[in-house]
Amino acid sequence: MTWDQMQELLWPATWETLQMVGVSSVATVLLGLPLGVLLVLTDKGGLLQHVPFNRVLGAIVNIGRSLPFIILMVALQGFTKAIAGTTIGWQAATVPLTIGAVPFFARLVETAVREVDGGLVEAVQSMGGSTGTIVRKTLLPESLPALVASATTTVIALIGYSAMAGVVGGGGLGDLAVRYGYLRFETGFMWVIIAELVVVVTAIQLIGDYSVRRLSHRGAVPRRFRPEVVDLPGEEQAEPASTR
Amino acid sequence: MITTQGLTKVYRSRGKEVTALDGVDLHVRPGEVYGVVGTSGAGKSTLIRCVNMLERPTAGTVTVDGVDLTALPGGDNRAGRELREARRRIGMVFQHFNLLSSRTVQQNVELPLEIIGLDRTARRRKAAELLDLVGLADKARNHPAQLSGGQKQRVGIARALAGDPKVLLSDEATSALDPETTRSILALLRDLNKQLGLTVLLITHEMDVIKSVCDSAALMRGGRIVESGALTDLLADGNSRIARDLFPLGEFASGHSGHTVVEITFQGDTPAQPFVSQLARTYQIDINILGAAVETIAGRMVGRMRVELPGGHQDNVVPIGFLREQGLQVDLVGAEGVAA
Repeated sequence: MTWDQMQELLWPATWETLQMVGVSSVATVLLGLPLGVLLVLTDKGGLLQHVPFNRVLGAIVNIGRSLPFIILMVALQGFTKAIAGTTIGWQAATVPLTIGAVPFFARLVETAVREVDGGLVEAVQSMGGSTGTIVRKTLLPESLPALVASATTTVIALIGYSAMAGVVGGGGLGDLAVRYGYLRFETGFMWVIIAELVVVVTAIQLIGDYSVRRLSHRGAVPRRFRPEVVDLPGEEQAEPASTR
Repeated sequence: MITTQGLTKVYRSRGKEVTALDGVDLHVRPGEVYGVVGTSGAGKSTLIRCVNMLERPTAGTVTVDGVDLTALPGGDNRAGRELREARRRIGMVFQHFNLLSSRTVQQNVELPLEIIGLDRTARRRKAAELLDLVGLADKARNHPAQLSGGQKQRVGIARALAGDPKVLLSDEATSALDPETTRSILALLRDLNKQLGLTVLLITHEMDVIKSVCDSAALMRGGRIVESGALTDLLADGNSRIARDLFPLGEFASGHSGHTVVEITFQGDTPAQPFVSQLARTYQIDINILGAAVETIAGRMVGRMRVELPGGHQDNVVPIGFLREQGLQVDLVGAEGVAA
């Protein structure tokens, strides 16, 4: 396979991946953020304590996280049709991608918001702030660095999930690697694709890390929220898969 | 200004009941600095948190500036509108400052003003005024992480004052600070109390805090107030636990047998009189001083002295009478006097 032939395949696939991951990332943040906040608020001792609701919500999130993505994609076909208007192509892949990533991101949001010092909540309460004020002016701004770190992790996980979009004809880099690298034994091309994925993932991670540093005024970001900058390609490939 | 009646708080956890407050009656007069002192676990923190309903009391009432807060709807975490509005007029400062790390100093002070609904210009002006008042005008653009503990607490105080409260609650505000910073923060509270006529209710485990800023004090133990009153009254009371803790004379052997031990408490101008040497000269007796301390409390000079007079109680009726005539408070220590 010549470099020109590769390029012809590579760029459309890259574009598909970026579209799929971009759209589903935005949708994931929009849905997962309120869900994660709600998990904290309705928990025992939370501002909107409602234990039965919290249990149900938690169970739904856990079910969502247990389903293998490939099953999710097939099982959700009807729903995908209703939302995206089609069951094939990258547009169709965004629906299961979002559904798969929302529970994952919501749990990360939950952990991040839980880290906010209860004393701050109390301080805002003592000023006469309502629950809405506490969420908007305390919980979210105070956990913003951790939320950005969580979003970075989620976007990278979505790149991993998107490799399976080929099943519904979604295309993308992962699909290309499977079709050429695995099915056609084009090992060289596969490595080119992997190298590109490494570059994309590293770039996203670096942007995420930089944003976290800029947003944090607390000195050091707590270690658990500092995603590691991956420098080994092998580990990098392993990461999105293990987060599933 | 702040009145609690029969305030009771019972915590239930895993079937066990813990009574944190057991019928607390507190009365804080307008414009005074009132200190509640006690060891940890005495219930003082629960008490101050009940005053602005951060904790909802199990029974009893809390009235702040004429408003019965216990009557306003809202649970522990879900305050109704009326309660939220009442809270805006009660400032609170915390042991760990509780400043938002995502906001600058100025934005922290502006937060309560945002909640009140002031516009941007008014917020800025008010925040600048408040930061000036606490001496941090030059730190407005810094983030809390860049400040020292004392500076953070000053920001906390400025923030607490943003809603022009009549009442300031201080929850161990100086407990995380070193002694020197503690003194400067207490001096600031005292100034604000004088300048703004602010009523301050503070809780602390340090007697020094009571000594340096309070007009009145209450001692808590096991969820109850065991003693309370104006400091000057407490100091005049030989049996006062607070006075004794403010004035640790140490533990003494109760003197030799056949001697009389008395405690002399003096306030205001009395120490100007050389009563010990007068007593010795007038009655030709040898006086043995066992311990003494002089302090300035609530702006008044107060002293306490423990002395040993020769002879039994019967022999010393006249000298003790002489001391009492000088306007001194004299208490007998020993068998029939106060317990050491």
